[in-house]
Amino acid sequence: MADTQRKTKTMRINVTSVVVDDQRKALKFYTELLGFQKKTDVPVGDAAWLTVVSPEAPDGVELLLEPSAHPAVKPFRAALVEDGIPWTSFAVDNCRAEYEKLCAKGVHFLQPPVDHDTVVTAVLDDTCGNLIQICEEKRK
Amino acid sequence: MADIYQALADSTRRIILDELNKREGQTLFELLGRLAMAHDITSSRQAVSQHLAVLEEVGLVRTRRQGRTKLHWFDGTPLKKVVTRWPIPRGKPKR
Repeated sequence: MADTQRKTKTMRINVTSVVVDDQRKALKFYTELLGFQKKTDVPVGDAAWLTVVSPEAPDGVELLLEPSAHPAVKPFRAALVEDGIPWTSFAVDNCRAEYEKLCAKGVHFLQPPVDHDTVVTAVLDDTCGNLIQICEEKRK
Repeated sequence: MADIYQALADSTRRIILDELNKREGQTLFELLGRLAMAHDITSSRQAVSQHLAVLEEVGLVRTRRQGRTKLHWFDGTPLKKVVTRWPIPRGKPKR
């Protein structure tokens, strides 16, 4: 296949991760509530290499739901959550519509949609230890 | 120890109060976003924290924890001290 033989000269981003307190709980939240779909679920020791993708881009960037056992995770995330900083951001077409939809499903938002002129953003709690931003880029 | 006049004497702190007044219970992250996007204020997180500490000290900002997150409120109560300190004439100003 031409595709697999294709030589690329630059690196590509294929996986990015969020650190989650409980991988199974996270899988439920990220698929059933946020609307991603499971891509890979392979046991690795006590945990799993567990990734989800957007149904709109099943071969696109995978989000790795990474276990949070490492001791550095706790203070790092505590500091982010204290200041309300979402370390991870996802794109949406309509921030307010997504906010309404997720609120109706019981998702807790720390920040409802705020219009920043070029973008509209909101911040939600993923219940697995992270704040997540959803961001709509306004078309010019 | 700051007093209310010192707290209000800084333009960034006045804008912080303007932005906090727009929505109750903001995180530092939300406030930083508002300052950057609406006012081109790109002060560091530490600098804005310092401003918030001054405003909190004089009671113009109140904070509360929701879970593990710190939220901030504008509270105009201390402004009474300013507006009742001197008489404010009614009607047209006297010459």
